[in-house]
Amino acid sequence: MATFQLTVNGQRREVNVDPSTPLLWVLREDLKMTGTKFGCGISACGACTVHVGGVATRSCIVPISHLGDRPIITIEGISNDAVGRAVQDAWVDQDVVQCGYCQSGQIMSAVALLKSTSRPTDQNIEESMGGNLCRCGTYPRIRAAIKSAAAQINKGGA
Amino acid sequence: MPGLRASLSLSAIIIAAALWAAPSRTAQGVAAWEQVYSVLTSPRCINCHTATNYPQQGDDRHRHVANVVRGPEGKGVPGLNCAGCHQETNADSTGVPGGHNWHLAPLEMRWQDINDRPLSSAAVCRQLTDRSRNHNLDGPGLLKHHEEEPLVKWAWNPGLKPDGTARTLPPLTHEQFIAATRRWVEAGTPCPTGK
Repeated sequence: MATFQLTVNGQRREVNVDPSTPLLWVLREDLKMTGTKFGCGISACGACTVHVGGVATRSCIVPISHLGDRPIITIEGISNDAVGRAVQDAWVDQDVVQCGYCQSGQIMSAVALLKSTSRPTDQNIEESMGGNLCRCGTYPRIRAAIKSAAAQINKGGA
Repeated sequence: MPGLRASLSLSAIIIAAALWAAPSRTAQGVAAWEQVYSVLTSPRCINCHTATNYPQQGDDRHRHVANVVRGPEGKGVPGLNCAGCHQETNADSTGVPGGHNWHLAPLEMRWQDINDRPLSSAAVCRQLTDRSRNHNLDGPGLLKHHEEEPLVKWAWNPGLKPDGTARTLPPLTHEQFIAATRRWVEAGTPCPTGK
């Protein structure tokens, strides 16, 4: 066990865990932030996506000891960001969610895409979101929501 | 006159020795290159020198899971960057390899064809020694790259797979790889003939 100082959604948090523990388990079990989901556990589905140092990161496979001092943003904190807010609003407007299990990861990846590519093409969306699986098949609505959020952002609404 | 004859004979011997040594040096260089090539085409190296839009994984060199794509700089795309999983070091508890600046080699440094078959020894050699395609590295530069580049050295410290077993290593040790590269460079980086 070891003590780690983390910055999660702008707040300093301290955890005492085994250094090999994946970030996902620290978030869910130690910090009780259950918005980030466990899907596959091998970085193949994207349900566990958070931002680490601004990079969309699969929290299920990154040990806590590998994080250093990079700030962590989770679905619980994404609405504090203008792009994150726009994406969440678009998700509601487009009624994207069906069962919802994968959607926090979908939103985190979509925000990462829109932060670097304000006018994403279909190919940009397919490639950036290609690692986020949705068993309900909400992909058409996800695509529409990303385009809607992009339009809102480019209009100056975010 | 005997002195002149002796001098001419000595010159002839030196020229003959030089003529004999030149092709031998090249042949030795090519032999050293073949050792280098055996490492470059091992999965730990060639999996990230693809000719396609994606990296490969495993000793069977299958397409990388999770629909990972190359991206404009060989580092993936915004929602799916290499760095979103691959950290600065191996994560043995989860089986994810890591190293500094994890990325795909650029397409001009591909060592495979678009059907994922390794290029020939001659083709890889030509690519590696083409300074318009190798970041303008000369022979000593290539040697230094093989000696020091973190992602090159990672091949000999590839960590554990998700099942907890060790990833296989290239066919030579890093020391043997460097020694072979040095012999090849000192021979003038000769390439095999052929396609």
